[in-house]
Amino acid sequence: MGLIDRLFKDPAWGVHPDDHKRPAADQPLRVLPPPARLYMPLQQHVGGAARPVVQVGEKVLKGQLLAAAQGNISAPVHSPVSGQVVAIGEVTAPHPSGLGFTAITLESDFAERWIDADAVADPFSLAPEEITRRTAAAGVVGLGGATFPSAVKFVLGQRLKVATLIVNGGECEPYLSSDDRLMRDRASEVVDGARIVMHAIGATQVLVGIENNKPEAIAAMQLAAAPFAEVNICPVPARYPMGSDKQLIQTLTGREVPADARAAEVGVLVHNVSTCAAVHQAVRLGRPLVERIVTVNGGAVREPGNVFAPLGTLVDELLAFCGLHEAPSRLILGGPMMGSPLAHGKIPLVKGASGILAFDAREATIPPAGPCIRCGSCTRACPMGLLPLEMAARIRHDKFDEAAALMLGDCISCGCCAWVCPSHIPLVQYFSHAKGELSARERTRLRNDASRRLAEARVLRLEREAREKAEAALRRKAERAAAKAAAERQETPGETV
Amino acid sequence: MSALSRTSAAAPVAAPHASTSGSVTAVMATVMLALTPATLYGFWLYGWPSIYLWLITVAFAMLGEAVCLRLMERRAVPVLFDGSAMLTGWLLAVSLPPWAPWWIGALGGLFATMLCKQAFGGLGQNLFNPAMVARVALLISFPVQMTAWVAPLPIDMAAAPGPISGLLVTLKGIPQGLDAVSSASLLGFAKTEMSRGVDLLQSLPHAPSLSWLGSRPGSLGETASWLIAAGGLLLIVRRVISWHIPVAMLAGIAVPAALLHLVDPARYLDATTHLLSGGAMLGAFFIATDYVTSPNTARGQLIFGAGCGVLTYVIRTWAGYPEGVAFAVLLMNSLTPIIDRYVKPRVYGRDRQGVALDAPAMAARPIVGREY
Repeated sequence: MGLIDRLFKDPAWGVHPDDHKRPAADQPLRVLPPPARLYMPLQQHVGGAARPVVQVGEKVLKGQLLAAAQGNISAPVHSPVSGQVVAIGEVTAPHPSGLGFTAITLESDFAERWIDADAVADPFSLAPEEITRRTAAAGVVGLGGATFPSAVKFVLGQRLKVATLIVNGGECEPYLSSDDRLMRDRASEVVDGARIVMHAIGATQVLVGIENNKPEAIAAMQLAAAPFAEVNICPVPARYPMGSDKQLIQTLTGREVPADARAAEVGVLVHNVSTCAAVHQAVRLGRPLVERIVTVNGGAVREPGNVFAPLGTLVDELLAFCGLHEAPSRLILGGPMMGSPLAHGKIPLVKGASGILAFDAREATIPPAGPCIRCGSCTRACPMGLLPLEMAARIRHDKFDEAAALMLGDCISCGCCAWVCPSHIPLVQYFSHAKGELSARERTRLRNDASRRLAEARVLRLEREAREKAEAALRRKAERAAAKAAAERQETPGETV
Repeated sequence: MSALSRTSAAAPVAAPHASTSGSVTAVMATVMLALTPATLYGFWLYGWPSIYLWLITVAFAMLGEAVCLRLMERRAVPVLFDGSAMLTGWLLAVSLPPWAPWWIGALGGLFATMLCKQAFGGLGQNLFNPAMVARVALLISFPVQMTAWVAPLPIDMAAAPGPISGLLVTLKGIPQGLDAVSSASLLGFAKTEMSRGVDLLQSLPHAPSLSWLGSRPGSLGETASWLIAAGGLLLIVRRVISWHIPVAMLAGIAVPAALLHLVDPARYLDATTHLLSGGAMLGAFFIATDYVTSPNTARGQLIFGAGCGVLTYVIRTWAGYPEGVAFAVLLMNSLTPIIDRYVKPRVYGRDRQGVALDAPAMAARPIVGREY
C-alpha cells in the first residue's frame, strides 16, 4: 500500500492495527476429535432462548434437535455429537460477568453418527419460504459474531425486496482467520450458500467483500465464483472495522444506512461468509449448525491455527488441543478489538465464536490511562464520524444526556478510538457505561410512566367509584323519600281527596 | 485443565484488548525532533547565549511543572516524562530574542507551566497555549528586553562570544562592545519607518535582509523558516498534525498580504515577507497546531487556522505590535470551544444537522463500489 493509496484511496475512517493473522491463517485446518463432554447452551443467539425437547438420559444422534426455537426471534440448538444427554443445567456463559446460563450437557459416544439428512439436490427449485424454513430449522445464526437468526433476516429481505446481498468476508479483527480459512478451503460452499441466500431473499446480485490482506482467499473465491455472473468478489482495503456492516455497505455500494433504519431498507442485506457456508450445509446437505471453524491464536498458544470443532466444546479443550506455552494472561472470545474477556476456560464454544485468543503477558499489557490531550486521533479514527473525546469528557461528569446529544447512541463500540488513543483512555468503557446508564434511565422512565399512569387511573377510578357511590346513595335516598311519600299518601288517602 | 487456562489478570477488562504503540511521550518526542534542526541551526547562528537561554527556559518550564505537581502531592517524574513541559519550554525559548537575559527565560518558563498549564488542571486542560501566553506576558511586561534582537553572529566566527562570555551575555546582558550587532527585526523596522512617515518603497532597501536561510535578526524559530517548515512537513507526514491548520493559517496571512500589497506596495509588505517573518512558520506548524488549544475537527481546524492567519495579518498591519502570531493564536484559542461546539463532523447515516438520512432516497442511489 503506497502513500498515494493511503492519502487518497483508502477510507478516512478506521485504524490499521497489526493484524497478527499469520502464521495461524496459513496453517492447514485441523479437526478437533469430539471431546468426551460437551455443553450446548440454549442461548447462542440474539432473541429468545431455545426450549429443551430432550430428557436427561436420552440418546441423541449428531445433528438431532436438542432444543426448539421459542418465539419469533430465536434459533433451535442441535446435538454436536452422537451420545447421551447427561444433564440440563447451568454453565458459565461466555460473557465478562461470568454469570451462568442454561446448557444441555452431552456425553459423546465417539461414534459420530449423524441423523438422516434431508438433502436437497437443487435448492433453487425450492420456494424461498422453504429455504427460510430449512435455514431456521437448522439453527443458522449470523456467524460473524452478531448471532442474529439468519432466517429472520431472510424474511426481512424478502419483504423489503432487497436487490443486493453483501457477503461479509472482511474479517477485519486482528488475529482471527476462521473466515479466511473457510474461504480458502471451502470457497465453493460459501459461493453456493451465498447463491442460496440470494435466492431466498430474491436478490439479483451478490457482492463478496474481502479485505485485500487475504489474497489466497480472494483467489479461491474468484475461482469458485467464476461460473456465476451474479456473484462478484470485491477486494476491499484492509482497514478496521471494514467487517462492520455499515462500513462494508458504504465501501461496496456507496450507500449509507440511515441512523434510524436497517440495512434492508436501503436495499442491501449483509451475511457473513461463515453464515453462507452454514446455509449451504443446512439446505443442500440438510445438516444443522453443530460445528464451526474457530481460530485459536495469541502469544500463549504453542500451535496457533484454525480448528474445526463441535459447538459446546470447552475453551480449555481447544487450548489443550493447540497447546499453551504459558498460562494465558488474558483469554478472549472473539477478536482483540471487540471480543469478550473470559474469566476462565470452562466456557463452551458457541455459534458466534469465531476465535479464542490466549494472550501472553506482553500482549495483554495496555499502558495505564493518561489525560486526554485532545489530539483528535479518536475523531479521525471513528468510522461513524463521532467525537469520542467530547463524549468521554461529558460522560466523565455524568452528563449522559449531553453525550447522547453527541449521538452516543450511534456508537458501534468498534474500539477504534480506544485503540488509537495515545493516552490509552478506555473510551469504549466510557461509552458502554453511558449507554447502560441511559438505557437504565429509559427503563426507569418507562416504568415510572407506567406506574404514574396506573396511579392516575387508580385515582380516577376511586373518584369515579366515590362519585358513583354518592350518586347511588342520593338516588336511593330519593327513592326512599319518594317511596315514603307514596306510602304516606296511601296511608292517608282521605286527606287529599 | 482449568488451571492451565486460568487467567492471571484478576478482573477482566473490556474490549479493545489491544492498543496502539503510540503514546503522549512519543507524540511530544516527534514534535521536539521536528524542532531540533531549526533549533540547532539557531544555536549555530546566535551562538552560546542562545544555547544558555534555551537551557534555562526549558529547565524552568520543567521546574514549574514539577513544583506544581509536588504541591498537589503527585509524583512529578512520570508526568515530566510525558515531555509536554519540555516542549512548552522549548517552544517559548525559540520565540524569545536569542540573547535575552536569563530571567526572561526563567520567568517565562515558570509562567508557562505553572500559571498557564497546571493552574488549569495540567495537560489537556488549558484553554490557551502556555508558550504563547508566557511570550505575550513577557512582551507586555518587558518590551525592551523582548524586542532586543541581534543580527546573527555564527558560533564559529571570531567575534562570536565563547562559552564563558556567552554565559555572561545571558547572565549579565549584552556588553557594550558587542552593541553593534543589535538590530530590529524586519517587521519591527518596517513598522517604525512607516510610523515615521517613510513608506516601504523608501525604507525597504535599508531593511534587515530577508532570507530563507535565516541570516537575519529574529528569534530561533523565526529565522530558519525553511527548517521550521521542513519540521512541520515531517509532523504532517508522520500524522502528528494534519495539514489543515498550517495551510489555513499561512493562507490567512498570505492572501490578504498579497492582495493589499498589489493595491499599495508602498504601505503593505508583500506576502513572502509576511510568511518568512515574525514566526509565521513556527506559529503555523508548531504553535497553532497545539492539540489542546485547537479545534478537533478538520473543518474547525480550517476555520481556526484561517482565523489565526488573518488576525496575525491584521495585528501586524494595523495594530501597535509589529508581529502578531502570539496574539492571534491566543485570540483564536479562546474561540476553540465555540468552534468545537458548532463545527462537528457529519455522523454516518445522518446529515450535518444530525437528522437521519432518508432511507428510500438512499435505496434509490445507484450502487457504486470502488475498485480496490
